[in-house]
Amino acid sequence: SSSHDTIYTVIAGHPEIFPLVFTTKTQEIFNCRVLEDVTEENCFKLIKKEDIIQDLKTRAAISDFHPVKKVVLEYPGEELLVVFDANFQYGQNFYLVASEEAKENLLKPPENTEEKEEEKEEEEEEENGEATLEVHPYKPPVHKPWVSLGSEKEVEEESVKDTAIKYRISRVRRKFGAPITFTDKNASHVKDSYIECTSYQDKAFSIKMLEKNVGIQMVPKVREASTQTKWTYPKNAATQYFPRQLSNEEREESLSSEKLKEFFTSVHLRMEIALQQNEIMNAFFDDWKALAEDESSSGGKPDIYLKAYQSFTDLHYLKDRTISCVCWHPTIYGIIAVSARQRLFYEEQVNLSDKSLLQQSVILFLSFFDPIHPQLMLQCSEDIYCFQFSPSDPNIIVGGCINGQIVLWDISQHEENLQNAKTDADGVKMSAIDMPSLIEVQECSTEPPLVRFCTVSSIQYSHRKPVTDIHWLPDYSEANQTGTTFENKAGVRVQLVTCSPDCSILFWDIPATKLPEQPSSEKVREEEMFDMPLHVPDTLNQLDLCWKPLIKVLLKTSHFNISHQPLTLEFTFLASQDGEIVYSDWKMEIETDLAKTVSQKYTIHTESVNSLQRSPFFKDIVLSIGGRNFAIWKEGVTTGPILQSSCSAGRYTAGQWSLTRPGVFFIGRDDGNIDIWDLLKKTYEPSHFQNISKSMITFISPCIASRMFMVITPYCAPLFTIWPMTLWHTNLCIIAWYVFFLQCMTTLQKTKEDMEEQENADYIVFLDLEMVMDLGLVKGQEILFSSDA
Amino acid sequence: MLWCPLSSQAEVEETLKRIQAHKGVIATMVINAEGIPIRTTLDNSTTVHYAGLLHQLTAKARSTVRDIDPQNDLTFLRIRSKKHEIMIAPDKEYLLIVIQNPCE
Repeated sequence: SSSHDTIYTVIAGHPEIFPLVFTTKTQEIFNCRVLEDVTEENCFKLIKKEDIIQDLKTRAAISDFHPVKKVVLEYPGEELLVVFDANFQYGQNFYLVASEEAKENLLKPPENTEEKEEEKEEEEEEENGEATLEVHPYKPPVHKPWVSLGSEKEVEEESVKDTAIKYRISRVRRKFGAPITFTDKNASHVKDSYIECTSYQDKAFSIKMLEKNVGIQMVPKVREASTQTKWTYPKNAATQYFPRQLSNEEREESLSSEKLKEFFTSVHLRMEIALQQNEIMNAFFDDWKALAEDESSSGGKPDIYLKAYQSFTDLHYLKDRTISCVCWHPTIYGIIAVSARQRLFYEEQVNLSDKSLLQQSVILFLSFFDPIHPQLMLQCSEDIYCFQFSPSDPNIIVGGCINGQIVLWDISQHEENLQNAKTDADGVKMSAIDMPSLIEVQECSTEPPLVRFCTVSSIQYSHRKPVTDIHWLPDYSEANQTGTTFENKAGVRVQLVTCSPDCSILFWDIPATKLPEQPSSEKVREEEMFDMPLHVPDTLNQLDLCWKPLIKVLLKTSHFNISHQPLTLEFTFLASQDGEIVYSDWKMEIETDLAKTVSQKYTIHTESVNSLQRSPFFKDIVLSIGGRNFAIWKEGVTTGPILQSSCSAGRYTAGQWSLTRPGVFFIGRDDGNIDIWDLLKKTYEPSHFQNISKSMITFISPCIASRMFMVITPYCAPLFTIWPMTLWHTNLCIIAWYVFFLQCMTTLQKTKEDMEEQENADYIVFLDLEMVMDLGLVKGQEILFSSDA
Repeated sequence: MLWCPLSSQAEVEETLKRIQAHKGVIATMVINAEGIPIRTTLDNSTTVHYAGLLHQLTAKARSTVRDIDPQNDLTFLRIRSKKHEIMIAPDKEYLLIVIQNPCE
């Protein structure tokens, strides 16, 4: 029955042990009553199998052996062992041992332990008693039955049994179910008695090697080796107490040897090449560095300061006059030519025919080295308004007069004198120091030679009004009488252009014959200065008063011309009194005395243009100054000026480009200031301005010969000053001129000290009081005015 | 020294004069293979000083050139200093030394 189907646990490792519950009845039947038949010590009870079967028959389900009925029936032996489990080791009070081996094991071990206990007792006795060596009889190992503890299962799992090899064969699906025949083949029938199923690379299955790290190391082959030198004994290779020298005979012998000659033959060429290389240029000169020195000084706040280098005045010839034009001698350094004219407010007082000798119009040549005495004087009948040196021959000077005539001088005879001005000046100074009186100095010194003009133009064909501007034409083109232009091959400039407020421009031609060099003529030595006319060349004399202009151009404007700047024969800039700038293009037509022009007119300046200057660096840039502003023009640009300044507070009266720095120009104003404009820095205002004098600046002229100086002439002074044009303070130039300046200062100092010894009354008498005010002898500046003023 | 009418000597003299006449030349020296000056335009002690030093330097320079490339040889040696330039033209037996002040 199911109720009696007890689920009995199979004790792990002991599958033969079955725990049982024995009721009292069962215990009585089998004489295994607890604590009577079986005790804890005596827990084994052997029960006959037949009895158990009997019990099972009689009591059937009630029998305690019912759960183990099968086990009992299968039991091979006669007697089953039932063990009283006093400690309930296996869960019940009894358990049945289902196998013979386990029965034997259970029954036997108590015997073993008993035997061991006996042995122990025996040993103890023996130790207590006499120590007798008792040899235990050798007991060979007894074959014991294998007691399985469950390890067979694992062994079986691991062992390889003689199982048949399993193959898996697959067919294509369409042949599923189709019959197939298998045959057997003997391996020995096949050749080589060997059949193999080779391995192949299964394309469907592959392992891709993605990355493999490989390490490589290179090791240099190193080989060690060693040597040793034998230094037998230390010995000096060379010892020298004094240098070896050859005796004279040996030297001579060497010098005259053939070997030396060969040596020189082979060597001298290289040496000379090297020497010459060094002569030609210094290969190690760092141009870049040298350039940087110039720039670094202007980077910081430059100490732009125009210093008066020297000032000139002259009592005799420049008294009461204003300087109209100043030109530097183009080639000789230190020579300036000055022309003077009457000041405007005296003009009405002057009667042309009534001039005193002292008031005769001259052009003075002054030298740096002798600021007191003019070196040369050019005589003319009228006041010169402007003059120019001929660029191709500095001995030819043309001037335009106030009455419209043109005058020409030739000073080739005095060229040498001018060049030796320095040495002459020393001699003169010596005499000057000895004579404190100024007038005496002037009178007793050697008079400058006077040169009379060679040619003067005919009054009839000249201008009607003062010649305001005169220029030599560029030497590569020339115009002839018909008006066509042709190239001037000789390179000698022979043509002039003059303009005047009478609206005409005249082209003049100078005969191209080279003026013959005259032997030195007599020089004027006496106090009477103007009595002796000098010998003039004959060729030009013929033109005297007959000189006619080549071409006359009448301008169709109603404005007056003040100045013009011929760029080339084709283009020219004209400036008018009303402030107009006309940029015109000569288109000569075969019309005598007239030429048509195509011109553009620009009105930029509010007042008359007083200066029109071409830039020395760019031949097509022209600066025009007038009124309150200035403008810069470019040839070819017909839309107007390329730069125009805003109106300034004061009037601009003079202007000049800097010869050393493009983009820099100087503008003189009516309050005696000089504005220095640096277009590279600022185009809206001057970079620097400095006050030069109290009166209006009339003229600024740069020195072409040395490029370092310029002359600035204030209006009201017979005194004009030379100012260095340098604008940087650390440049070598400044040091050079400063040294030079100091030299001049020291020589002038002496004269000044001598002059100052005289009474101030004398001083003032010779000065117009006005001039003193105008000079504005400025205190606090290191400007040394020439003391002969 | 005596004027020797040998043409070789005259040529040598002439060459030396020509070299000496170049612009900026301060001194000229001829030194033999052992570093002993044969002909000089400077005073003795300075000459000996230059000769000893430059002779060794030339030897070193030559050995450098030949060490790098044995087929090469030193033809000219120029030493540029702040104040002047020393030019040495070596040969088998002699050494020509010229000291020049380059322009500028």
